[in-house]
Amino acid sequence: MTDARINTTDSTAADSETNLEYTDTELLVTIAARELEDDESVLVGVGVPNLACNLAKRTHAPNLRLFYESGTIDSDPSSLPLSIGDPVLASGALGVTPMYEGFSRYLQAGRIDVGFLGGAQIDRYGNINSTVIGEYDDPTVRLPGSGGACEIASNAHRTLVLTSHQRRRFPESVDFVTSPGYLDGRESREALGLRGGPEAVITDLAVMRFDAAGELYVESLHPGVDRSDVQEATGWELAFADEVETTTPPTGEELSLLREELDPDGLYL
Amino acid sequence: MSTAIGSAVNDGDSVYLAGFTHLIPFSAGHEIIRQGFEELHLIRATPDLIFDRLIAAGCASKITFSWAGNPGVGSLRAFRRAVEDDVPAPLEIEEYTHFGLMTRLAAGARGLPFLPVRTFAGSDLPAHTDAIRTVEDPFGDGSVHVVPPLEPDVAVIRAQRADRDGNAHVWGIQGEIPEVALAAETVVLCAEELVDERVIRSDPNRTVVTGADVDYVVEDPYGSHPSYAQGYYDRDNEAYLEWDAVSETHDSTERWLEEWVYGVANHREYLEKLGARRLLDLETGTDYATPIDMGSYS
Repeated sequence: MTDARINTTDSTAADSETNLEYTDTELLVTIAARELEDDESVLVGVGVPNLACNLAKRTHAPNLRLFYESGTIDSDPSSLPLSIGDPVLASGALGVTPMYEGFSRYLQAGRIDVGFLGGAQIDRYGNINSTVIGEYDDPTVRLPGSGGACEIASNAHRTLVLTSHQRRRFPESVDFVTSPGYLDGRESREALGLRGGPEAVITDLAVMRFDAAGELYVESLHPGVDRSDVQEATGWELAFADEVETTTPPTGEELSLLREELDPDGLYL
Repeated sequence: MSTAIGSAVNDGDSVYLAGFTHLIPFSAGHEIIRQGFEELHLIRATPDLIFDRLIAAGCASKITFSWAGNPGVGSLRAFRRAVEDDVPAPLEIEEYTHFGLMTRLAAGARGLPFLPVRTFAGSDLPAHTDAIRTVEDPFGDGSVHVVPPLEPDVAVIRAQRADRDGNAHVWGIQGEIPEVALAAETVVLCAEELVDERVIRSDPNRTVVTGADVDYVVEDPYGSHPSYAQGYYDRDNEAYLEWDAVSETHDSTERWLEEWVYGVANHREYLEKLGARRLLDLETGTDYATPIDMGSYS
Protein backbone atom coordinates (compact mmCIF):
# COMPACT_ATOMS: atom_id res chain seq x y z
CA MET A 1 0.00 0.00 0.00
CA THR A 2 1.29 3.37 -0.81
CA ASP A 3 -0.08 6.70 0.24
CA ALA A 4 -3.76 6.06 -0.28
CA ARG A 5 -5.51 9.27 0.26
CA ILE A 6 -9.19 9.30 -0.46
CA ASN A 7 -10.19 12.38 -2.34
CA THR A 8 -13.86 12.43 -1.72
CA THR A 9 -16.01 15.48 -1.92
CA ASP A 10 -16.51 15.08 1.80
CA SER A 11 -20.10 15.94 1.77
CA THR A 12 -21.52 15.71 5.22
CA ALA A 13 -24.25 13.19 5.79
CA ALA A 14 -26.46 12.76 8.79
CA ASP A 15 -27.90 9.54 10.09
CA SER A 16 -31.62 10.07 10.46
CA GLU A 17 -31.96 7.92 13.58
CA THR A 18 -29.07 9.19 15.66
CA ASN A 19 -28.72 12.52 13.92
CA LEU A 20 -24.94 12.22 14.04
CA GLU A 21 -23.19 14.12 11.30
CA TYR A 22 -20.12 12.61 9.69
CA THR A 23 -18.01 13.09 6.58
CA ASP A 24 -17.45 10.60 3.76
CA THR A 25 -13.94 9.96 5.03
CA GLU A 26 -15.16 9.30 8.57
CA LEU A 27 -17.63 6.78 7.21
CA LEU A 28 -14.95 5.11 5.08
CA VAL A 29 -12.55 4.85 8.02
CA THR A 30 -15.24 3.37 10.23
CA ILE A 31 -16.32 0.73 7.71
CA ALA A 32 -12.71 -0.27 7.05
CA ALA A 33 -12.02 -0.54 10.79
CA ARG A 34 -14.93 -2.94 11.22
CA GLU A 35 -13.46 -5.24 8.56
CA LEU A 36 -10.42 -5.90 10.77
CA GLU A 37 -10.37 -8.62 13.40
CA ASP A 38 -8.51 -8.82 16.66
CA ASP A 39 -5.06 -10.46 16.58
CA GLU A 40 -4.59 -9.91 12.88
CA SER A 41 -1.44 -8.62 11.18
CA VAL A 42 -2.21 -5.73 8.86
CA LEU A 43 0.00 -4.07 6.26
CA VAL A 44 -1.07 -0.47 6.64
CA GLY A 45 -0.84 2.62 4.45
CA VAL A 46 -0.88 6.17 5.71
CA GLY A 47 -4.05 8.22 5.66
CA VAL A 48 -7.36 6.39 5.78
CA PRO A 49 -5.95 2.85 6.32
CA ASN A 50 -3.84 4.09 9.21
CA LEU A 51 -6.84 5.75 10.83
CA ALA A 52 -8.94 2.62 10.27
CA CYS A 53 -6.35 0.37 11.92
CA ASN A 54 -5.90 2.67 14.89
CA LEU A 55 -9.67 2.97 15.30
CA ALA A 56 -10.00 -0.82 15.24
CA LYS A 57 -7.20 -1.10 17.83
CA ARG A 58 -9.06 1.21 20.16
CA THR A 59 -12.39 -0.51 19.76
CA HIS A 60 -12.84 -4.18 18.89
CA ALA A 61 -9.29 -5.21 17.90
CA PRO A 62 -6.83 -4.14 20.63
CA ASN A 63 -4.29 -6.77 19.57
CA LEU A 64 -4.12 -5.77 15.91
CA ARG A 65 -0.52 -5.71 14.67
CA LEU A 66 0.42 -2.83 12.37
CA PHE A 67 3.09 -3.53 9.75
CA TYR A 68 4.34 -0.91 7.29
CA GLU A 69 6.18 -1.29 3.97
CA SER A 70 9.15 0.45 5.52
CA GLY A 71 9.82 -2.72 7.53
CA THR A 72 8.29 -1.91 10.90
CA ILE A 73 6.61 -4.67 12.90
CA ASP A 74 3.75 -3.92 15.31
CA SER A 75 4.14 -0.16 15.14
CA ASP A 76 2.54 1.86 17.91
CA PRO A 77 2.48 5.36 16.44
CA SER A 78 2.13 8.09 19.06
CA SER A 79 0.82 10.51 16.43
CA LEU A 80 -0.45 10.25 12.87
CA PRO A 81 2.36 9.19 10.52
CA LEU A 82 2.88 11.58 7.60
CA SER A 83 4.36 8.88 5.40
CA ILE A 84 4.88 5.11 5.53
CA GLY A 85 8.43 5.82 6.65
CA ASP A 86 7.57 8.19 9.50
CA PRO A 87 9.75 8.00 12.64
CA VAL A 88 6.72 7.34 14.86
CA LEU A 89 6.35 3.98 13.10
CA ALA A 90 9.79 2.89 14.32
CA SER A 91 9.66 4.40 17.81
CA GLY A 92 8.02 1.88 20.12
CA ALA A 93 7.59 -0.78 17.42
CA LEU A 94 8.20 -4.41 18.33
CA GLY A 95 10.73 -4.72 15.56
CA VAL A 96 12.26 -3.00 12.53
CA THR A 97 13.65 -5.01 9.62
CA PRO A 98 15.37 -3.98 6.40
CA MET A 99 12.75 -3.65 3.65
CA TYR A 100 13.81 -6.79 1.80
CA GLU A 101 13.27 -8.82 4.98
CA GLY A 102 9.90 -7.23 5.70
CA PHE A 103 8.62 -8.00 2.23
CA SER A 104 10.16 -11.47 1.94
CA ARG A 105 9.95 -12.93 5.45
CA TYR A 106 6.64 -11.40 6.45
CA LEU A 107 4.50 -10.54 3.43
CA GLN A 108 5.73 -13.14 0.93
CA ALA A 109 5.92 -15.89 3.56
CA GLY A 110 2.25 -15.40 4.43
CA ARG A 111 2.51 -13.61 7.77
CA ILE A 112 0.26 -10.71 6.74
CA ASP A 113 -3.48 -11.30 7.14
CA VAL A 114 -4.84 -8.10 5.65
CA GLY A 115 -3.49 -5.51 3.24
CA PHE A 116 -4.95 -2.18 2.20
CA LEU A 117 -4.96 -1.07 -1.41
CA GLY A 118 -6.08 1.98 -3.33
CA GLY A 119 -5.65 3.10 -6.90
CA ALA A 120 -6.71 5.33 -9.74
CA GLN A 121 -8.77 2.62 -11.45
CA ILE A 122 -10.47 -0.57 -10.30
CA ASP A 123 -12.33 -2.97 -12.56
CA ARG A 124 -15.16 -5.44 -11.97
CA TYR A 125 -12.72 -8.18 -10.92
CA GLY A 126 -10.84 -5.98 -8.47
CA ASN A 127 -7.78 -5.48 -10.65
CA ILE A 128 -6.14 -2.20 -9.73
CA ASN A 129 -4.25 0.39 -11.74
CA SER A 130 -1.93 2.79 -9.93
CA THR A 131 0.62 3.06 -12.74
CA VAL A 132 -0.61 4.99 -15.75
CA ILE A 133 -3.67 6.45 -17.46
CA GLY A 134 -3.40 5.92 -21.20
CA GLU A 135 -0.56 4.03 -22.87
CA TYR A 136 2.38 2.97 -20.71
CA ASP A 137 4.91 4.33 -23.19
CA ASP A 138 2.99 7.52 -23.90
CA PRO A 139 0.98 8.23 -20.76
CA THR A 140 -1.81 10.75 -20.41
CA VAL A 141 -1.21 10.73 -16.67
CA ARG A 142 1.79 9.12 -15.06
CA LEU A 143 0.74 7.79 -11.63
CA PRO A 144 3.18 6.86 -8.82
CA GLY A 145 3.33 3.14 -9.68
CA SER A 146 3.09 0.02 -7.56
CA GLY A 147 5.19 0.71 -4.53
CA GLY A 148 4.41 -2.41 -2.54
CA ALA A 149 0.85 -2.71 -3.85
CA CYS A 150 1.44 -5.58 -6.32
CA GLU A 151 3.06 -7.81 -3.68
CA ILE A 152 0.41 -6.92 -1.12
CA ALA A 153 -2.30 -7.85 -3.63
CA SER A 154 -0.45 -11.11 -4.36
CA ASN A 155 0.57 -12.23 -0.87
CA ALA A 156 -1.76 -10.90 1.84
CA HIS A 157 -4.44 -13.37 2.90
CA ARG A 158 -7.02 -10.78 1.94
CA THR A 159 -7.08 -7.16 0.82
CA LEU A 160 -9.41 -4.24 1.36
CA VAL A 161 -9.65 -1.64 -1.36
CA LEU A 162 -10.52 1.94 -0.39
CA THR A 163 -11.39 4.54 -3.00
CA SER A 164 -13.76 7.32 -3.86
CA HIS A 165 -16.54 6.24 -6.21
CA GLN A 166 -16.45 7.95 -9.58
CA ARG A 167 -17.08 6.58 -13.07
CA ARG A 168 -13.51 7.31 -14.21
CA ARG A 169 -12.22 5.25 -11.28
CA PHE A 170 -14.42 2.25 -12.10
CA PRO A 171 -13.91 1.50 -15.80
CA GLU A 172 -14.98 -1.76 -17.40
CA SER A 173 -11.30 -2.65 -17.65
CA VAL A 174 -8.27 -0.87 -16.24
CA ASP A 175 -5.65 0.77 -18.48
CA PHE A 176 -2.88 -1.15 -16.70
CA VAL A 177 -2.97 -3.96 -14.14
CA THR A 178 -0.59 -2.85 -11.41
CA SER A 179 -2.00 -5.15 -8.74
CA PRO A 180 -3.91 -8.30 -9.65
CA GLY A 181 -7.39 -8.82 -8.26
CA TYR A 182 -9.27 -11.81 -9.64
CA LEU A 183 -7.98 -11.05 -13.18
CA ASP A 184 -10.73 -12.59 -15.39
CA GLY A 185 -12.39 -14.35 -12.44
CA ARG A 186 -11.43 -16.38 -9.37
CA GLU A 187 -10.16 -19.32 -11.43
CA SER A 188 -7.63 -17.19 -13.29
CA ARG A 189 -6.24 -15.91 -10.00
CA GLU A 190 -6.02 -19.43 -8.61
CA ALA A 191 -4.26 -20.60 -11.76
CA LEU A 192 -1.43 -18.15 -11.05
CA GLY A 193 -1.03 -19.44 -7.51
CA LEU A 194 -1.68 -16.08 -5.90
CA ARG A 195 -2.61 -16.05 -2.24
CA GLY A 196 -5.81 -14.39 -0.99
CA GLY A 197 -7.48 -11.75 -3.10
CA PRO A 198 -9.63 -8.67 -2.64
CA GLU A 199 -12.34 -9.08 -0.02
CA ALA A 200 -14.18 -5.79 -0.27
CA VAL A 201 -14.12 -2.49 -2.11
CA ILE A 202 -15.21 0.29 0.20
CA THR A 203 -16.13 3.61 -1.39
CA ASP A 204 -17.88 6.81 -0.36
CA LEU A 205 -21.12 5.38 -1.81
CA ALA A 206 -21.19 1.68 -1.04
CA VAL A 207 -19.56 -1.46 0.27
CA MET A 208 -18.97 -3.99 -2.51
CA ARG A 209 -17.81 -7.61 -2.27
CA PHE A 210 -16.89 -10.31 -4.78
CA ASP A 211 -19.25 -13.10 -5.82
CA ALA A 212 -18.37 -16.75 -6.50
CA ALA A 213 -17.05 -15.83 -9.95
CA GLY A 214 -14.89 -13.04 -8.52
CA GLU A 215 -17.03 -10.16 -9.76
CA LEU A 216 -17.99 -7.12 -7.70
CA TYR A 217 -21.51 -6.70 -6.36
CA VAL A 218 -23.02 -4.10 -4.05
CA GLU A 219 -23.57 -5.44 -0.56
CA SER A 220 -24.67 -2.23 1.13
CA LEU A 221 -25.42 1.35 0.18
CA HIS A 222 -24.40 4.17 2.49
CA PRO A 223 -27.23 6.16 4.12
CA GLY A 224 -28.80 8.51 1.59
CA VAL A 225 -27.30 6.72 -1.44
CA ASP A 226 -29.53 4.85 -3.88
CA ARG A 227 -28.79 2.25 -6.55
CA SER A 228 -28.73 4.69 -9.41
CA ASP A 229 -26.07 6.83 -7.69
CA VAL A 230 -23.72 3.85 -7.53
CA GLN A 231 -24.58 2.60 -11.01
CA GLU A 232 -23.96 6.02 -12.55
CA ALA A 233 -20.56 6.15 -10.88
CA THR A 234 -19.57 2.74 -12.25
CA GLY A 235 -18.47 1.93 -15.80
CA TRP A 236 -20.27 -1.41 -16.17
CA GLU A 237 -23.64 -2.86 -15.28
CA LEU A 238 -23.21 -3.41 -11.59
CA ALA A 239 -24.64 -6.40 -9.73
CA PHE A 240 -26.51 -5.91 -6.46
CA ALA A 241 -27.06 -8.32 -3.59
CA ASP A 242 -30.55 -9.87 -3.42
CA GLU A 243 -31.18 -7.78 -0.37
CA VAL A 244 -29.08 -4.64 -0.42
CA GLU A 245 -28.50 -3.35 3.09
CA THR A 246 -27.88 0.14 4.36
CA THR A 247 -24.36 0.62 5.68
CA THR A 248 -24.26 1.09 9.44
CA PRO A 249 -23.06 4.66 10.00
CA PRO A 250 -20.33 5.60 12.49
CA THR A 251 -21.31 5.58 16.16
CA GLY A 252 -20.77 8.52 18.47
CA GLU A 253 -17.93 6.64 20.14
CA GLU A 254 -16.19 5.96 16.84
CA LEU A 255 -16.54 9.58 15.75
CA SER A 256 -15.21 11.01 18.99
CA LEU A 257 -12.22 8.63 18.94
CA LEU A 258 -11.44 9.71 15.39
CA ARG A 259 -11.88 13.42 15.95
CA GLU A 260 -10.49 13.83 19.43
CA GLU A 261 -7.72 11.25 19.63
CA LEU A 262 -6.70 9.88 16.24
CA ASP A 263 -6.81 12.91 13.96
CA PRO A 264 -7.40 15.94 16.21
CA ASP A 265 -5.86 18.28 13.63
CA GLY A 266 -8.15 17.00 10.88
CA LEU A 267 -5.30 16.01 8.55
CA TYR A 268 -7.31 13.30 6.85
CA LEU A 269 -10.85 13.51 8.17
CA MET B 1 31.27 16.11 0.37
CA SER B 2 32.42 18.00 -2.68
CA THR B 3 35.56 15.84 -2.96
CA ALA B 4 33.71 12.58 -2.28
CA ILE B 5 31.00 13.21 -4.88
CA GLY B 6 33.45 14.64 -7.40
CA SER B 7 35.65 11.59 -7.09
CA ALA B 8 33.01 8.85 -6.76
CA VAL B 9 30.57 9.93 -9.49
CA ASN B 10 31.16 10.11 -13.24
CA ASP B 11 28.85 11.21 -16.04
CA GLY B 12 26.78 8.27 -17.24
CA ASP B 13 27.05 6.34 -13.94
CA SER B 14 24.19 4.44 -12.33
CA VAL B 15 23.72 6.11 -8.94
CA TYR B 16 21.57 4.80 -6.09
CA LEU B 17 20.66 7.33 -3.42
CA ALA B 18 19.47 5.15 -0.54
CA GLY B 19 17.05 5.65 2.33
CA PHE B 20 13.35 4.87 2.44
CA THR B 21 11.78 8.18 3.54
CA HIS B 22 14.33 8.08 6.40
CA LEU B 23 17.95 9.25 5.92
CA ILE B 24 17.59 10.40 2.31
CA PRO B 25 20.90 11.84 1.05
CA PHE B 26 19.64 15.29 0.07
CA SER B 27 22.96 17.07 0.61
CA ALA B 28 24.73 14.57 -1.67
CA GLY B 29 22.01 14.96 -4.31
CA HIS B 30 22.38 18.73 -4.20
CA GLU B 31 26.15 18.34 -4.60
CA ILE B 32 25.61 16.16 -7.68
CA ILE B 33 23.47 18.94 -9.14
CA ARG B 34 26.04 21.62 -8.28
CA GLN B 35 28.82 19.66 -9.95
CA GLY B 36 26.71 19.39 -13.10
CA PHE B 37 26.80 15.64 -13.70
CA GLU B 38 24.90 14.45 -16.77
CA GLU B 39 23.40 11.31 -18.24
CA LEU B 40 23.08 9.67 -14.83
CA HIS B 41 20.96 6.58 -14.36
CA LEU B 42 19.32 7.44 -11.04
CA ILE B 43 17.89 4.68 -8.87
CA ARG B 44 15.69 4.85 -5.77
CA ALA B 45 12.59 2.95 -4.67
CA THR B 46 10.91 6.28 -3.98
CA PRO B 47 12.47 9.03 -6.10
CA ASP B 48 11.18 11.62 -3.61
CA LEU B 49 11.98 15.34 -3.83
CA ILE B 50 15.68 14.74 -4.38
CA PHE B 51 15.17 12.98 -7.74
CA ASP B 52 12.60 15.60 -8.75
CA ARG B 53 15.40 18.14 -8.28
CA LEU B 54 18.04 16.06 -10.09
CA ILE B 55 15.65 15.49 -13.01
CA ALA B 56 14.72 19.18 -13.25
CA ALA B 57 18.43 20.08 -13.15
CA GLY B 58 19.05 17.87 -16.18
CA CYS B 59 21.33 15.36 -14.43
CA ALA B 60 19.35 12.25 -15.36
CA SER B 61 18.76 10.37 -18.59
CA LYS B 62 17.19 7.34 -16.92
CA ILE B 63 15.44 6.58 -13.67
CA THR B 64 14.72 3.24 -12.02
CA PHE B 65 12.09 3.30 -9.30
CA SER B 66 9.10 1.60 -7.73
CA TRP B 67 6.92 4.42 -6.36
CA ALA B 68 7.22 7.92 -7.73
CA GLY B 69 5.19 10.30 -5.61
CA ASN B 70 5.65 13.07 -3.06
CA PRO B 71 5.09 10.96 0.08
CA GLY B 72 1.98 12.03 1.94
CA VAL B 73 1.53 15.01 -0.39
CA GLY B 74 0.85 13.99 -4.01
CA SER B 75 2.72 13.97 -7.31
CA LEU B 76 6.35 14.44 -8.19
CA ARG B 77 5.82 17.16 -10.74
CA ALA B 78 9.29 17.35 -12.32
CA PHE B 79 9.32 13.57 -12.71
CA ARG B 80 5.91 13.71 -14.38
CA ARG B 81 6.92 16.56 -16.67
CA ALA B 82 9.89 14.53 -17.86
CA VAL B 83 7.87 11.35 -18.40
CA GLU B 84 4.71 12.93 -19.80
CA ASP B 85 6.15 15.91 -21.73
CA ASP B 86 9.93 15.31 -22.11
CA VAL B 87 10.68 18.43 -20.03
CA PRO B 88 13.50 19.37 -19.63
CA ALA B 89 14.58 16.24 -21.54
CA PRO B 90 13.21 12.76 -22.25
CA LEU B 91 13.63 10.39 -19.33
CA GLU B 92 13.88 6.66 -19.77
CA ILE B 93 12.17 4.74 -16.98
CA GLU B 94 12.69 1.26 -15.61
CA GLU B 95 9.96 0.33 -13.20
CA TYR B 96 9.60 -2.26 -10.43
CA THR B 97 7.56 -2.84 -7.34
CA HIS B 98 9.19 -2.15 -3.97
CA PHE B 99 9.73 -5.86 -3.36
CA GLY B 100 11.04 -6.39 -6.89
CA LEU B 101 13.60 -3.61 -6.56
CA MET B 102 14.61 -4.70 -3.04
CA THR B 103 15.11 -8.23 -4.38
CA ARG B 104 17.37 -6.94 -7.16
CA LEU B 105 19.54 -5.27 -4.52
CA ALA B 106 19.47 -8.42 -2.38
CA ALA B 107 20.73 -10.47 -5.35
CA GLY B 108 23.45 -7.87 -5.94
CA ALA B 109 24.51 -7.87 -2.30
CA ARG B 110 24.68 -11.69 -2.25
CA GLY B 111 26.44 -12.23 -5.56
CA LEU B 112 23.59 -14.26 -7.05
CA PRO B 113 22.66 -14.41 -10.76
CA PHE B 114 18.99 -13.89 -9.87
CA LEU B 115 16.51 -14.29 -7.03
CA PRO B 116 12.95 -15.60 -7.24
CA VAL B 117 10.12 -13.44 -5.99
CA ARG B 118 6.41 -14.01 -5.39
CA THR B 119 5.11 -10.90 -7.06
CA PHE B 120 4.49 -9.70 -10.65
CA ALA B 121 2.25 -12.66 -11.63
CA GLY B 122 -0.94 -11.19 -13.09
CA SER B 123 0.53 -7.70 -13.27
CA ASP B 124 1.25 -5.84 -16.53
CA LEU B 125 4.64 -4.69 -15.21
CA PRO B 126 6.74 -7.64 -16.54
CA ALA B 127 5.60 -6.80 -20.09
CA HIS B 128 7.31 -3.41 -19.76
CA THR B 129 10.39 -4.22 -17.68
CA ASP B 130 12.74 -6.60 -19.44
CA ALA B 131 14.62 -7.62 -16.30
CA ILE B 132 11.49 -9.16 -14.77
CA ARG B 133 11.43 -12.69 -16.17
CA THR B 134 10.20 -16.16 -15.29
CA VAL B 135 11.99 -19.49 -14.90
CA GLU B 136 10.61 -22.98 -14.48
CA ASP B 137 10.62 -24.01 -10.83
CA PRO B 138 13.22 -26.84 -10.90
CA PHE B 139 11.72 -28.39 -7.75
CA GLY B 140 8.02 -28.13 -8.46
CA ASP B 141 5.34 -27.26 -10.94
CA GLY B 142 5.00 -24.08 -12.87
CA SER B 143 7.16 -21.02 -13.17
CA VAL B 144 8.36 -18.31 -10.83
CA HIS B 145 9.30 -14.70 -11.44
CA VAL B 146 12.97 -13.79 -11.05
CA VAL B 147 14.99 -10.58 -11.10
CA PRO B 148 18.72 -10.12 -11.75
CA PRO B 149 21.19 -8.43 -9.39
CA LEU B 150 21.32 -4.66 -9.27
CA GLU B 151 24.89 -3.43 -8.85
CA PRO B 152 24.91 0.37 -9.10
CA ASP B 153 28.18 2.10 -9.99
CA VAL B 154 27.75 4.37 -6.98
CA ALA B 155 25.57 4.30 -3.89
CA VAL B 156 25.21 7.14 -1.44
CA ILE B 157 23.98 5.96 1.94
CA ARG B 158 23.46 7.77 5.20
CA ALA B 159 23.82 6.71 8.82
CA GLN B 160 23.27 8.38 12.16
CA ARG B 161 26.81 7.61 13.26
CA ALA B 162 29.93 6.11 11.76
CA ASP B 163 33.65 5.98 12.48
CA ARG B 164 36.30 7.33 10.13
CA ASP B 165 36.60 3.99 8.37
CA GLY B 166 32.89 3.87 7.49
CA ASN B 167 31.70 1.34 10.04
CA ALA B 168 28.16 2.61 10.50
CA HIS B 169 25.21 2.40 12.86
CA VAL B 170 21.66 3.00 11.66
CA TRP B 171 18.57 2.83 13.83
CA GLY B 172 14.94 3.36 12.99
CA ILE B 173 13.88 2.49 9.46
CA GLN B 174 16.81 0.89 7.61
CA GLY B 175 15.08 0.65 4.24
CA GLU B 176 17.44 -0.74 1.59
CA ILE B 177 20.62 0.67 3.14
CA PRO B 178 22.05 -2.71 4.26
CA GLU B 179 21.47 -4.21 0.80
CA VAL B 180 22.66 -1.39 -1.44
CA ALA B 181 25.80 -0.86 0.65
CA LEU B 182 26.94 -4.34 -0.39
CA ALA B 183 25.51 -4.28 -3.92
CA ALA B 184 27.14 -1.08 -5.21
CA GLU B 185 30.61 -0.80 -6.71
CA THR B 186 31.50 2.46 -4.93
CA VAL B 187 29.89 3.54 -1.66
CA VAL B 188 29.77 7.06 -0.25
CA LEU B 189 28.69 7.09 3.39
CA CYS B 190 27.43 10.34 4.92
CA ALA B 191 26.94 10.37 8.69
CA GLU B 192 25.15 12.73 11.03
CA GLU B 193 28.17 12.42 13.29
CA LEU B 194 31.55 10.72 13.32
CA VAL B 195 32.31 8.66 16.41
CA ASP B 196 35.17 6.61 17.71
CA GLU B 197 35.44 3.02 16.48
CA ARG B 198 34.84 1.92 20.10
CA VAL B 199 31.30 3.31 19.92
CA ILE B 200 30.57 1.10 16.91
CA ARG B 201 32.18 -1.94 18.53
CA SER B 202 30.17 -1.37 21.73
CA ASP B 203 26.95 -2.29 19.89
CA PRO B 204 27.83 -4.48 16.89
CA ASN B 205 24.24 -5.59 16.26
CA ARG B 206 23.39 -2.05 15.19
CA THR B 207 25.99 -2.02 12.40
CA VAL B 208 24.48 -1.94 8.90
CA VAL B 209 27.70 -1.74 6.93
CA THR B 210 31.39 -2.08 7.78
CA GLY B 211 34.21 0.06 6.48
CA ALA B 212 35.54 -2.60 4.10
CA ASP B 213 32.55 -1.89 1.84
CA VAL B 214 32.69 1.89 2.13
CA ASP B 215 34.88 4.05 -0.10
CA TYR B 216 34.18 7.57 1.13
CA VAL B 217 33.12 8.81 4.57
CA VAL B 218 31.63 12.27 4.98
CA GLU B 219 30.61 13.94 8.24
CA ASP B 220 27.43 15.66 7.17
CA PRO B 221 25.05 16.84 9.91
CA TYR B 222 21.50 17.59 8.79
CA GLY B 223 22.35 16.17 5.37
CA SER B 224 18.98 14.41 5.17
CA HIS B 225 16.96 17.62 5.40
CA PRO B 226 14.06 17.84 4.55
CA SER B 227 13.75 14.10 5.26
CA TYR B 228 14.72 13.03 8.74
CA ALA B 229 17.27 11.21 10.89
CA GLN B 230 15.69 9.19 13.70
CA GLY B 231 16.64 10.70 17.05
CA TYR B 232 18.39 13.68 15.42
CA TYR B 233 15.71 15.71 13.65
CA ASP B 234 12.22 15.25 12.28
CA ARG B 235 11.00 15.44 8.71
CA ASP B 236 10.46 19.04 7.58
CA ASN B 237 6.94 18.43 6.36
CA GLU B 238 6.51 22.08 5.38
CA ALA B 239 9.27 21.61 2.81
CA TYR B 240 7.46 18.59 1.34
CA LEU B 241 4.25 20.60 1.12
CA GLU B 242 6.07 23.65 -0.29
CA TRP B 243 7.69 21.52 -3.00
CA ASP B 244 4.27 20.88 -4.48
CA ALA B 245 3.97 24.61 -5.28
CA VAL B 246 7.68 25.18 -5.97
CA SER B 247 7.74 22.46 -8.61
CA GLU B 248 4.54 23.52 -10.33
CA THR B 249 6.37 24.59 -13.50
CA HIS B 250 9.84 23.91 -14.83
CA ASP B 251 10.65 27.61 -14.48
CA SER B 252 9.59 27.77 -10.85
CA THR B 253 11.60 24.63 -10.13
CA GLU B 254 14.68 26.14 -11.78
CA ARG B 255 14.30 29.29 -9.72
CA TRP B 256 14.29 27.19 -6.57
CA LEU B 257 17.40 25.31 -7.68
CA GLU B 258 19.09 28.61 -8.47
CA GLU B 259 18.42 29.88 -4.96
CA TRP B 260 18.87 26.76 -2.83
CA VAL B 261 21.37 24.62 -4.74
CA TYR B 262 23.45 26.66 -7.21
CA GLY B 263 23.18 29.74 -4.98
CA VAL B 264 24.95 28.08 -2.03
CA ALA B 265 28.48 26.71 -2.04
CA ASN B 266 27.77 23.66 0.09
CA HIS B 267 25.37 22.11 2.56
CA ARG B 268 26.63 24.29 5.42
CA GLU B 269 25.55 27.39 3.50
CA TYR B 270 22.22 25.72 2.72
CA LEU B 271 21.69 25.15 6.44
CA GLU B 272 22.69 28.72 7.29
CA LYS B 273 20.23 29.96 4.71
CA LEU B 274 17.56 27.70 6.16
CA GLY B 275 18.18 29.26 9.55
CA ALA B 276 18.46 28.07 13.12
CA ARG B 277 14.78 28.56 13.87
CA ARG B 278 13.67 26.13 11.20
CA LEU B 279 16.19 23.52 12.31
CA LEU B 280 15.24 23.97 15.97
CA ASP B 281 11.61 23.34 15.03
CA LEU B 282 12.69 19.92 13.76
CA GLU B 283 14.35 18.92 17.04
CA THR B 284 13.04 15.72 18.55
CA GLY B 285 12.64 14.90 22.21
CA THR B 286 14.75 12.10 23.64
CA ASP B 287 13.62 8.51 24.04
CA TYR B 288 16.62 6.34 24.88
CA ALA B 289 16.67 2.61 24.30
CA THR B 290 17.46 0.57 27.40
CA PRO B 291 21.19 -0.19 27.29
CA ILE B 292 22.14 -3.80 26.72
CA ASP B 293 24.99 -5.63 28.39
CA MET B 294 27.32 -7.35 25.92
CA GLY B 295 29.10 -8.89 28.87
CA SER B 296 32.80 -8.70 29.67
CA TYR B 297 34.68 -11.90 28.84
CA SER B 298 38.28 -10.88 29.34
